[in-house]
Order: sequence, then C-alpha cells, then structure tokens
Amino acid sequence: MRAAAAGVSMERRREAGVGPKRWLELWPVYRQLTGGDPLGRGHAAQSPRSAGLTARTEGADHVAKSICPYCAVGCGQRVYVADDRVLQIEGDPDSPISRGRLCPKGSASTQLVNGPQRARKVLYREPYGTEWQELDLDTAMDMVVDRVLDARDKGWQDVDEHGARVRRTLGLASLGGATLDNEENYLIKKLFTALGALQIENQARI
Amino acid sequence: MGSNMAEAHPVGFQWVMEAKERGAPVFHIDPRFTRTSAHADLHVPLRAGTDIAFLGGVVNHILSNELDFREYVVAYTNASFLLREDYRDTEDLDGLFSGYDPETGAYDPASWQYESVEEKHAGRDADSAAKEQSSSYQHGSGGPRVEGGSDRIAADPTLRHPRCVYQVLKRHFSRYTPEMVARVCGVSEEVFRAVCDAWTANSGREHTAALVYSVGWTQHTTGSQCIRAGAIVQLLLGNIGRPGGGVFALRGHASIQGSTDIPTLFNLLPGYLPMPTPEHTDLSSYVDSIRADHQKGFWRAADTYAVSLLKEFWGDRATADNDYCFDYLPRITGDHGTYRTVMDMVDGKVFGYFLLGQNPAVGSAHGRLQRLGMANLDWLVVRDLTMIESATFWRDSPEVETGEIAPERCRTEVFFFPAASHVEKEGTFTQTQRMLQWREKAVEPRDDQRSELWFFYHLGRRLRERLAGSTDERDRPLLDLWWDYAVVDDEPQAADVLRRVNGVDLTADRAVGGYTELKADGTTAAGCWIYSGVYADEVNQAARRKPGREQNLYATEWGWAWPMNRRVLYNRASADPEGRPWSERKALVWWDAEHGRWVGHDVPDFERDKPPDYVPEEGSVGVEALRGDDPFIMQADGKGWLFAPSGLQDGPLPTHYEPHESPVRNPLYGQQGNPTRKVYGRPDNPSNPAPPEPHGEVFPFVLTTSRLTEHHTAGGMSRTLPHLAELQPELFVEVSPRLARERGLEHLGWAHLVTSRAVVEARVVVTDRIPPLRVEDRVVHQVWLPYHWGTTGLVRGDSANDLFGVVVDPNVFIQETKVATCDVRPGRRPRGPALLDFLAGYRRRAGITADTGTHVLTAGPGAEGPAHTEEES
Ligand code: SF4
Repeated sequence: MRAAAAGVSMERRREAGVGPKRWLELWPVYRQLTGGDPLGRGHAAQSPRSAGLTARTEGADHVAKSICPYCAVGCGQRVYVADDRVLQIEGDPDSPISRGRLCPKGSASTQLVNGPQRARKVLYREPYGTEWQELDLDTAMDMVVDRVLDARDKGWQDVDEHGARVRRTLGLASLGGATLDNEENYLIKKLFTALGALQIENQARI
Repeated sequence: MGSNMAEAHPVGFQWVMEAKERGAPVFHIDPRFTRTSAHADLHVPLRAGTDIAFLGGVVNHILSNELDFREYVVAYTNASFLLREDYRDTEDLDGLFSGYDPETGAYDPASWQYESVEEKHAGRDADSAAKEQSSSYQHGSGGPRVEGGSDRIAADPTLRHPRCVYQVLKRHFSRYTPEMVARVCGVSEEVFRAVCDAWTANSGREHTAALVYSVGWTQHTTGSQCIRAGAIVQLLLGNIGRPGGGVFALRGHASIQGSTDIPTLFNLLPGYLPMPTPEHTDLSSYVDSIRADHQKGFWRAADTYAVSLLKEFWGDRATADNDYCFDYLPRITGDHGTYRTVMDMVDGKVFGYFLLGQNPAVGSAHGRLQRLGMANLDWLVVRDLTMIESATFWRDSPEVETGEIAPERCRTEVFFFPAASHVEKEGTFTQTQRMLQWREKAVEPRDDQRSELWFFYHLGRRLRERLAGSTDERDRPLLDLWWDYAVVDDEPQAADVLRRVNGVDLTADRAVGGYTELKADGTTAAGCWIYSGVYADEVNQAARRKPGREQNLYATEWGWAWPMNRRVLYNRASADPEGRPWSERKALVWWDAEHGRWVGHDVPDFERDKPPDYVPEEGSVGVEALRGDDPFIMQADGKGWLFAPSGLQDGPLPTHYEPHESPVRNPLYGQQGNPTRKVYGRPDNPSNPAPPEPHGEVFPFVLTTSRLTEHHTAGGMSRTLPHLAELQPELFVEVSPRLARERGLEHLGWAHLVTSRAVVEARVVVTDRIPPLRVEDRVVHQVWLPYHWGTTGLVRGDSANDLFGVVVDPNVFIQETKVATCDVRPGRRPRGPALLDFLAGYRRRAGITADTGTHVLTAGPGAEGPAHTEEES
C-alpha cells in the first residue's frame, strides 16, 4: 500500500513539479497523520480531482432567499442563480427552523424548477376531443372569461329555495391554495367572492 | 400521535432529536412502526381510529390519581364552572349527549351551557340547519361565542360540586380504564401505564411535555374531538402556553396554514370571520352573530375586523350608508364543501371548476367520484407546474380502462395553464407554526408560465372590462371591487397585496401597526386582521432574516408570526396568576412590576401593561373584561376549555366512537359511530357494513394510509422528478407475516385491496412494522399503504385514495381517510369491465345498498335510527 501510494504521488510530483514538502502533503497517509483527520475519512482522503472540483453554486451571480415549497415545516432555501437560470437550491443555514437542512423533497427542488416535466405552454382539450392542442395565452384567458360569466349565470341564485336572499352562484367551484402564496389566496378569495362564487376550497379541508 | 414526524416532517424532527439528547423521553403512539418509532424511547402501536379511547384513558388516569397541575387548572381553565342541571352525559345516554335529534342526526347544544348563562342566549347557536353549518370551523381562531362570558360565571373553586366541569369530566371518562384501553385500542395495560407515567412525570411546574399530531388525527369522523382530547390532557397537565408544551399540528403543505388564515374555504372569510348566511340581513346582525354582548376577549371587536375587510374589498364604494357593501357578500346555506360540490358535479349542478395546484383525481377521497364529477362539467381549468391526472382524466383515468369514461363521450372542455414555481414569483408562505416567510423571486418564469397572482389579477381585470357599463345588479360587486394593486411589467406586486392584507389607515395612507388599530368607522382597510402587523412601519416583516444563531430560541426577528409576532400562543399561562414564572427553568414571559409591563423571551400574548391582579369593573365587556389572570384572551370567558359549552356539533366532550367502517362493535357504548357524522348516503358513495350491521366479515381488515418522505401528497411535485421517483418507484402495501400467511401473500409479490368503492393493486411488503393487535376477544389485522401514485409521472400505480368513500367529521367536513375496512387478496387485480363485475360481486356478498352505513344512531331504545340517505340520484 505504501509503495502504491508513493508511486502515485511520485507521478503527481513529476506532473506538478513540486518540492519535497508539497510532495509529502500529496501523500494521504501523511495528511492523515498530521492534518487533524486521523481516521482518514475527511480531508486526508481527498483526491486531487475532487480538490479541483468547484461547487455548482460558485458560478452564481445572485442568491435569492426562498422557502421550500413542499411541506409546512418551512425550511429556508438559498436559490443560486446565473443568467436568469437556477443553478442550485441549497438549505439556508441562517434559518432558525431548518439550520441549513433540507429533506429529500426539499433537496429535489432544483429538479422541480428546472426539470423537463415543467409545462411551458397553455394546452386545450375541446369537448369530446381526443388530443391536446396548443392555445395562445391571451386567447385562453378570454375564453375563460366567457366561461366564468356563463357558468356564473347558469348557477345564479338571487334567493334560495326558501326565498331568502343569497346573491350567489353555485355554477362554479375552485379547489387549491395550500401550495400557493397568501397574497394569491387573497386575490382568489376576493375575486370569487365578488363573482358570488362560494364553493372555493383547498387542501385544508382534506 | 397520528403523525410520522421523522418521515413526513423530517427537518422539523431534528428538534425532537435535540430534546431527546437533552433527556426528554419520546413516545410514538401510532398504528405502524416507522422511522419516528425507531427514534422514540417507546413505540405504542394502536388500532387506527382509537386515539380518543387512548387519550380518554390518560384523562381518567390523571383525574383518578389527582395528577393534574391543580393551580393551573383552577386558575386558567373552566374546570370550576358549573353546568346546567339538564345536561346529560354519554354516561347517562349510552354514548349520546342531551339534545340529540335522530331525524336530523344533529344536536341542540342548549343544555351544554354553563349554569349561569341565560336560556335565551344559550340556544342561539342551535337551529335546524346545525348539521349543515360547520359552525365550529367558522369560529376558527376565536372560539365560539358564550353570552355571559364576561359576567361572573357560577363556579366552585374547590372542584367538588357534582356539576362542575372537573367532576363532569371525571365521570365522563371514568369508564376509560386501562382494561378498556386494552380492549379498544389493542394496547397492553402495562404499556399504557408507562405512557401515562411518563406524561404526568414530565409535566408540572418544573417540566412540560409537547404533543404532536398530523392528519392521523384529523382525517376521521371524530377528528375535531381527537384534537380536543389532546388539548384536555395538555390543559390538565399545565402544558399549554408554556415553553416546551403545546399541541402541535404538523401541516402538510407549504402554505396550508396560510390558506386557512386567508381561506380558500367556503365557510370562512379572511381571519376566521364566518361567511354570512341569509339570517344576516345586515352588517350589525352579522357582527352580533360573531360576538356576544357580554363576552370577554378580542373577538368582541369583530366589527372593526369585518368593516376593515369590506373596505379592502370595495374601497371607496363601501360606506357607512350602504353598510360597507355587506350586501355584496354571497350567502352560504349549508354544506358547500369540496365533497358536496363534487357530488353536485356528478349530478350536473356545477358547470365550471378551477384546480389550482391541486390534484383531486389522486389526492382526494373516492377518486372515482372525483373523476366522474370532472367528466361531467362544461369546463375545467387546471393550473399546475406539470401535467397531472386531474387534467388528463378524460384519456387515462382508471374509468377509461373500465369504459366508464371515453374521450369521445366526455364533454368537459379542459384548459391547462402552466404555473410559475416558488422561485419564479415572490410572496409569503405561512408555515405550520403560523409564521409567514417571504420568498424573493430568483428568476423569471418562461413562456406561458404565470403566477396565480398574475392569473387572478388579470382574470379579474378582464372580467371587469367585459362587464364595464353593465347595469345588472348582479355585476355590481365585481365592478365596484377595489382592484388597483401595484403592477410592474404586467405582474401584480405581492408586497402591495401583503400591505393591504396587513391593513392601511386610509386617512393617512399608512400601514397599520396591528389589529388594535383597526376601526369600524370605515377609516381603515385590512384584508386579514390576524395578519395586521406583518407590514408594520411600512416594512415587510415577513422578509426579516436575522440568522437564528444570533437570536434566542424564539427567533422573533426571523419572519413574522400571527398574531403580533407572538411565537407561543397564550404564553401568559407560562406565568402563575401573580405573574411570576411557574419555575425558573420554565420561564417564558412574566410581569415586570418595576416597569409595569409583561416581558420575557417571547412577545407576550397579553396586553402589555395589564397587571396580573387586574380586576375589571362590573359590566365591562371585550378586552376590558379580561382579568389580569385570564391567559386565554381569545376565548369568550378567558379560560382554557376542558369542556366546550358551545361550538362543537358532536358533543362538549370527546367520546370514543368506532370509525364509520370498523370490524368491531363499540366496547364502550351502544352508540357505535359518531352520531352526527355526515354520511352522504347515495349509490355512488357506498359504505362497507360495520356492526351492528351484518356482513362486516366481507371486509375483515383495517386499512390505513399515509405519506412517504420522498413523495408529496398527490405526487405532481414528486413522481415527476427523477431523484424522488427513483427513491420510491412503486406502490406497496405493508402486511404482517401472520396476515401474509393467512392470505397467501408473498413478499415483493402482488396483492390487491378491495373495498366497496375500488380495487387497488400493490407490491407486498411483509413486515413486523404493522403488527396484528388483540382487540376485545380477537385479532385485528391492519394494512397500510402510501397514497401518492396515479396514471401520470415517471412512476405510476393505482391510487390508494380510490379505496375510500366520503364520510366526514360534522364540525369541519374533513373526510375519514385514515381508517376504513377492506379485503386483501394475492395477485393482481382484474382489469377492464371485469373490474366492475368483481366489485359488484363484493357489494352483493356484503349486502350493500345506499342505506348501508347511514343508520348513524345505534344507541337507546329505538336501536336502529333512520337512514340518512339523499333522496335524489
Ligand atoms: S425540506 Fe423537507 S422538511 Fe423542509 S420544508 Fe421542505 S419538505 Fe418540509
């Protein structure tokens, strides 16, 4: 083992053209004995290749402070960005909740935001259709406006079956909110309420 | 209990491990051995759905041995208050409380009131629609009204009077003996006593104990009462409002707490204000229904919260003359919950449906009903990060396989809008401890990806443009809406929305500092009063990021928690009635006599300068009526409620009822299940029979489900990612070696599970993790499976939620998906139309009709009560 280690180091020494002290430091056993890593499981075992690697986060031009989007523990995240693209998402050591940790889901956040599963285009399936079609966002928004007003009117009630004033529609419903922001939930509730819609629900009921 | 924290909330679990390292014993009481159990000092497996029996046993142990924290209980709870003479307990009525009406399946709670509360007030919560109201949920953070809460309530501080809450509690739980716990839960007396001893030994002046739960408690027909049972134990032991104490709800989604506070829920307005009903003909009748004339606490100021909300909705158009547009609010008249709505879809009464980051085809109970409902709409809008089953049901749902849905015959028009992810927009999530944390935007969304903020702001703008000039009275609420949030590059600004949610003083265009600044005269607008303070001093307090290591454990300069950045609710209770910490070890907030104010490690959850010996003047109401030693400042009487005199649909005290589907007859009472549960009896929502009905043996096993660390609920955010899909690639079911032998199941082979709703196949994992239990005189087998799979994504499989029917808790309308009965067979399930025949065969053998399971009353002379089925369909 000693010979093998020395042989490898000799080679490197020639490549690097370094003096005896540096040569010794390239030898893991030396580092293990002198470098505060007596078990040889940490720095002492590091190969020059891994020493030469840099963290994905290093090329970031900007770090955004964020929060994990999965469960309600609310772990802190740091989002490393370069050229308007997410390089990596890491736990935020500043967070008093998570102290830098993320679980497997939180750690998969980079795939969640960058992965090919992300839909990018509006899709439309017509009644009795067998395939999706692409649709322009603007057109789709206008079509939804038409349909919301139509469903509202079809389900409209000025009074209920006992003649009591209710001023509402039972023609449209909504489900969702637990994965959304507070500000978003606020606008959703406000807009639907103004439309007279009240079957507005989310995961908190489930 | 009812939580697998190590796997479902892994990073939160580090704090449990930290406590354990400092010597805290950890107990895990849950049907299945998990990684949480592996780290606990003791794992206590119990039969799914028997947590109240277990907790009732703990209450009985505490009371019969007088182990309660007596000074705390006398001073801070309603233990000493006297109840009315006509109150009848489950002890008297074989499992029912007084006031039950077999026809409606609901209670009149009048007889549950305090003795000194006048009759005319007491009955006001009760009406024939009680069952439909979900009123306890509407009480939300505030607790229900108690007329007379500010008056002197008849009490016996010695706790000896037979009608005082303490004695009533003792009698109610007297039959929850260790022997009974063993018979009902399948937990040995010895193990049960070990839990009781540890819990009581680690509570009191010098110690506190924390109780953690998750949806293992809520997804039951007795869910609300399960949490009440936990709260009773913690109040008796003095573990509420104190450091290291508490009852912790671990919630499952990043902002599920926020979406309850600012509710996308049918029965609530922001800040737990109720949605109005037709009885509320004007603003004052609405406000009066929230607060009582003679009550204590901050709900007395409900008028300021309500008017400020209406001002935020309708701005200048809302004036004193038009009742602040109160008339614009739609009125609810009963159950408009998600399950009711889905049945209405099946019945053709609903035309359009929005799904916003939610996948009910997989994530909601009774998947088949969900998908058939969606297949019978005019249109469906799905907004999500990725393609999910709820958008593709028309071409790949299990019903396509059985021929019940065919694309050419499915009329629903479907729009799929790609959503922006959490790093492509800014805004706040509210995590499980009520803390709002602001996220910065890291990158721009691409192509058609948009935030919900964008979608709803522009949908509203376009709707208003379309209707401009309309004279139809129906359109007024929309046209008059205050909809002018700041917009930059087409994107509405979340910070501006948050500021208006916080509240603004309209006379000075200044963000208010807290909810006590809100007014009922139209000069303030605030979208959610409990969030007032999050934008105090015009600063986004939720964006504060002072590192945890530079602060104390309460870290009050990281994010912002409602109300008023208080981290431990009701923390006045951490000090004794005189305002001194109960012990130095457990000091949190205390009265600083020299400076005349409450101080401590947390923000005091009490009026800063109200001294502990403060006694209100005769006749005061609201905040003024709170004594200096009333820590429960949101409660109408200032006390922690061991007994709930109003607000719950199913009784003032928790009671063990068997799950809707159970293999055993209730050993405690003639009343089998919760007599007020909502069963939605209809042919497309069948129930498996449960005693005293015959043929329960067709579905002999107990079924329970939960989540895995590597997947997230309905799977849209996890089954689509390579790392997570690879870590948990396939649906599996855990069975005990004994059940595997009995049913011929092979480890890693296939099995299918059958209920009256569905058949689901899964890989078999034979393991000791889910042990059979001895219940009464027999062995009960339980099986467990996760529920994350569906027909899209990188890894696919059957959806466990298809196995469940819809039967709900009467208080909050949450469905019982943590327990049902089932059959288990080896091999793969039948496919195609053969599947429908197979299920019909099971229903025939079990004698199942729409009536099955709907005779909710089983106690008393009439024996079998009326069926609660729906007339139509
Ligand atoms: S990292 Fe894991 S524990 Fe933390 S919030 Fe995300 S899902 Fe929850």
